[in-house]
Amino acid sequence: MKIAVCIKRTPDSESRFKVAASAAGIDETGLKFDLDDFASYAVEAALQINEKGGGGETVVYAVGPDSVQESLRKAMSMGADRAVQLKADPVADGIAVARALAAELKSGGYDLVLFGKHSFDNSAGVVGTATAELLGLPCVTAASELNVSAGKGTARRELEGAAELVEFPLPAVVTIDEGVARPRYPSLKGIMAAKKKPLESKPAQLGAVRVTIARMELPPERPAGRILGEGTAAIPELVRLLQNEAKVL
Amino acid sequence: MLDFYHIDSVLSEEERAVRDSVRRFVDERVLPLIGDAYVQGRFPKELIPEMGELGVFGANLPEKYGCAGLNNVQYGLIMQELERGDSGVRSFASVQGALAMYPIYAFGSEEQKQKYLPKMATGEIIGCFGLTEPDYGSNPSGMITMAKEQPDGSWILNGAKMWITNGSTAHIAVVWAKTNGDPSDKSIRGFVVPTDSKGFTAKDQKGKLSLRASDTSELVFQDVHLPKDAILPSSAGLKSPLMCLTQARYGISWGAMGAAMACFEEASSYAQQRVMFDKPIGGFQIQQVRLADMLTEIVKAQLVCLHLGRLKDAGTMTPQQVSLAKRNNVSMATDIAREARRLLGANGILAEYSAMRHMANLESVYTYEGTHDVHALILGQAITGMNAFK
Ligand SMILES: Cc1cc2nc3c(=O)[nH]c(=O)nc-3n(C[C@H](O)[C@H](O)[C@H](O)COP(=O)(O)OP(=O)(O)OC[C@H]3O[C@@H](n4cnc5c(N)ncnc54)[C@H](O)[C@@H]3O)c2cc1C
Repeated sequence: MKIAVCIKRTPDSESRFKVAASAAGIDETGLKFDLDDFASYAVEAALQINEKGGGGETVVYAVGPDSVQESLRKAMSMGADRAVQLKADPVADGIAVARALAAELKSGGYDLVLFGKHSFDNSAGVVGTATAELLGLPCVTAASELNVSAGKGTARRELEGAAELVEFPLPAVVTIDEGVARPRYPSLKGIMAAKKKPLESKPAQLGAVRVTIARMELPPERPAGRILGEGTAAIPELVRLLQNEAKVL
Repeated sequence: MLDFYHIDSVLSEEERAVRDSVRRFVDERVLPLIGDAYVQGRFPKELIPEMGELGVFGANLPEKYGCAGLNNVQYGLIMQELERGDSGVRSFASVQGALAMYPIYAFGSEEQKQKYLPKMATGEIIGCFGLTEPDYGSNPSGMITMAKEQPDGSWILNGAKMWITNGSTAHIAVVWAKTNGDPSDKSIRGFVVPTDSKGFTAKDQKGKLSLRASDTSELVFQDVHLPKDAILPSSAGLKSPLMCLTQARYGISWGAMGAAMACFEEASSYAQQRVMFDKPIGGFQIQQVRLADMLTEIVKAQLVCLHLGRLKDAGTMTPQQVSLAKRNNVSMATDIAREARRLLGANGILAEYSAMRHMANLESVYTYEGTHDVHALILGQAITGMNAFK
């Protein structure tokens, strides 16, 4: 099966974030970036489908500056066959990113196009669905299970307190939630092999970029907690504060 | 791990990728089980196939033999990450790669390489390295294990080896023995001994208080009959096993740093959370000095290792340079582990935390692969030109 996986490079989720001096983003000095978590689930899902099917091709795409090549190579070290970078400065407009991807994927002949359900950094979740719309393909979001066979696919979506099973014809776009499969560690041989796999780079056709980040801010610091006393003696004061100050009782 | 000196910026993308993959393996697979394995005194054998699949065994040997073909900085980073988990886990990989695969690669025939290396890379065949004997530790040239060539070209092996890592787990032992009654260390040759050979026994070393998550055994050879092709044809004299030790010691220099990093991270996060006298203990000057000293030593060790790795890749590294790194890094890691244990107070003595496990493990690392003292003498000789061993 021919599968495209569109990935993003995002800061490692365990980093400590600071807002940059420009206030229009985060301070990237010393930050560790990696293949986005949800994107890595999507890569794993694609690899497993093709491993089970005993063939096919998995191609990874990323829109962004040259630094995204590292994440493309990571996906190839996990097992993807080749990669395409659509070169552009970082963009906050998901529709523009989708436009660039759709222009590229349109003639690719893919049976399946996978995305992470959203990216860890700005969680907008626009790119996958917008790409589906631009390609005129059915779209399933946040799949926690994905099976494909002979021209059709089924997926499971977790809802609040329930789950939904959906069916769709191929080709289709699916955005992937965790749970689909544990992303494998790139083996050391895989890392060395990735260096030799093809990575094509060409300009992204973003079109008009209409959304930009004006300002980023951290939540206000929470005031420190207060200890009112110990045991039952502290209860009257606690009740008084909850009624009068916090106004929750 | 805090990258205080931005060492990452001088590592290549593939070097970081290898480090990160092994780091994730250690976080997800080693750390959850290692405390219990240590207390139970067992090596977690269930990790062997996964380590093989990941590619950590003999990772710096060529792809042609099923290995990953990594450079030596990548290899070092693997050792660092494995020992961040546990010195026993790193020892397993060091012995397999640097002490069992490397001699077959360096001194073996093409048939031996084809026969053993690919299966050793996957972990299907486990190896060990028998050099030390009950009465010959720091001075292996005195060894009395002897192999005698028979008229048909086969060999009869007699003797005993002590303190052999992986000894009871291994399928093959690379055994170093003198040959044909010649007591000189020039007669030392390497042999690949299948551990199911008649007359071969391995006995687990009981009562260890260090490196508990590792198999350490005594090997005894009683008239072990070995075929003609058991000998490593290019091995010649004591310098052959010493070349293996240089490989392993290089990895240990990196490994010890991993143990030190684990202890530093644990101490640093504990110091920021543990409140005593109404504030985190990390806010008191004594604990800050402890942490500052730890970080300083780790950064120095990182730079030593990285430079040593670049020299090794350039082909100019000397065994004496490796002695300096092994001696410094293991010693600093031992000190850091002890200080971390102390910073953790009573919790520091539990297997649930890692500091005391590392502290106890590192005492083995301090002793094996040339004791701290022996490396001082090697450096002493390099400096003065005078040999203190004789
Ligand atoms: C857990 C563990 C695993 C091991 N794994 C292996 C293995 O896989 N294969 C293998 O072959 N060996 C292995 N060893 C053995 C290890 O390499 C030896 O223990 C080491 O070489 C020291 O030898 P020894 O214990 O006989 O100490 P000794 O040589 O008896 O040394 C005792 C003390 O004397 C000091 N000393 C010795 N000579 C001098 C000198 N000339 N001047 C000043 N001081 C001196 C030493 O520094 C030490 O403090 C292992 C050891 C341990 C603890």
